[in-house]
Amino acid sequence: MIKTDILIIGAGPTGLFAVFEAGLLKLKCHLIDSLPMPGGQCSEIYPKKPIYDIPSHPEILAGDLVKNLEKQIAPFQPTYTLGESAISLVKTDNDNFLVTTNKGTQHLAPVVVIAGGLGTFEPRKPPVKGLENFEGKGVNYIIKDPEVYLNKKVVIAGGGDSALDWTIFLENIAASVTLIHRRNEFRGALDSVEKVQQLKNKGRIQLLTPAEVIALEGNDFLDSVIVNHLGDSKSIECDSFIPLFGLTPKLGPIANWGLEIKKNAIVVDNSLDYQTNIPGVYAIGDVNTYPGKLKLILCGFHEATLMCQSAFKRIYPDRKNVLKYTTVSGVAGFDGSLKEASKSFIKVIK
Amino acid sequence: MLKDITIHLIDREGISHTLSAPLDIQLNLMEICKAYELPVEGTCGGMAMCASCQCYIESSHSILERSADEEAMLSEAFHVQDNSRLGCQIQMSNAIDGLIVRLAPSE
Repeated sequence: MIKTDILIIGAGPTGLFAVFEAGLLKLKCHLIDSLPMPGGQCSEIYPKKPIYDIPSHPEILAGDLVKNLEKQIAPFQPTYTLGESAISLVKTDNDNFLVTTNKGTQHLAPVVVIAGGLGTFEPRKPPVKGLENFEGKGVNYIIKDPEVYLNKKVVIAGGGDSALDWTIFLENIAASVTLIHRRNEFRGALDSVEKVQQLKNKGRIQLLTPAEVIALEGNDFLDSVIVNHLGDSKSIECDSFIPLFGLTPKLGPIANWGLEIKKNAIVVDNSLDYQTNIPGVYAIGDVNTYPGKLKLILCGFHEATLMCQSAFKRIYPDRKNVLKYTTVSGVAGFDGSLKEASKSFIKVIK
Repeated sequence: MLKDITIHLIDREGISHTLSAPLDIQLNLMEICKAYELPVEGTCGGMAMCASCQCYIESSHSILERSADEEAMLSEAFHVQDNSRLGCQIQMSNAIDGLIVRLAPSE
């Protein structure tokens, strides 16, 4: 059981910055994210794209923003449950919340902050007839353990980096790899595209373009995929079909936690502290809504800051808290580090 | 002051909406749909990096060709047809006044 002061669901920029503001108030944070790395959309969708409206950064790449935030919060030693999605929220007898993930990891905290952005990232599933019947029976959207594909006949579909990278990787261990893409052009890294081209030239993989998987066949387990290649249908025998079309966010189980939801977002009290209709549960960043809401990273930072003040009062109702400026008080990390402005000194000129 | 243009948008239930789009604030079709609270997500915010604003152009307006980014995204999108476009890549202009467009199924 993981215990913390503030449990943050969603490790995007807003969730990460909340760790800093909480740290200034000596509150410890733990973050849960369905992605295997922090950064949310900034890491998953557009790490190489510039952002121009982060105060004091005329231009910053989304991936660099995440790196900087991780550096900024490092003194407060945040801990993470990554690659897992929070599926249930239960209030305990002593006014704490128990949050459990899809893998059964349990977290206990007096304050829960939902900073889930547009939701949990889930694989985009192509509209192929019978696809869902074979999920886990030959169809997988995420490769967790490559060894599973040892000496198997694998069909991969997609035209981006993950389809290319896994084609290159699995070629070494699978009995055969067929890569299927709707166009002749691939949008992955040039280096990966060239490697796949070489593998194709050497006959070590099958490349079918422009082609599309249109149906799946098998009884209990997948036997073959039906492919439309240049107008002709053909069957390709395989043990595994791996559609790799990226991820898309879905609000998911959070929608069933008894929170007030409006147009796929969590309603919060923005005039006060971004608390939801469940006292002790807050929602900040793109996941919340209130009159005048703007889905901007900079607004998420503001919301995180106000939320932390309220969370402090909830955790320590009897303690006084005075806003301190970091320039005056410095940043005292939980790791014993202390960052502070250098002291001015007086020297006499003789 | 520039005159607003009209877009005819058919939603996923087949209902047609007449949208009035201003030309002076650089809006794209995805943003117009969101302004009218139509069910277009615009997950990536308009970077042609998701396909949640995919639509089919059903009138014969000549629209700028797909950019390389849009082409790449559509090559990985689902339910793609020859007349598929990403709404976020269609800027409002006089050239598309009266455009008829249908939302693609959501993924």
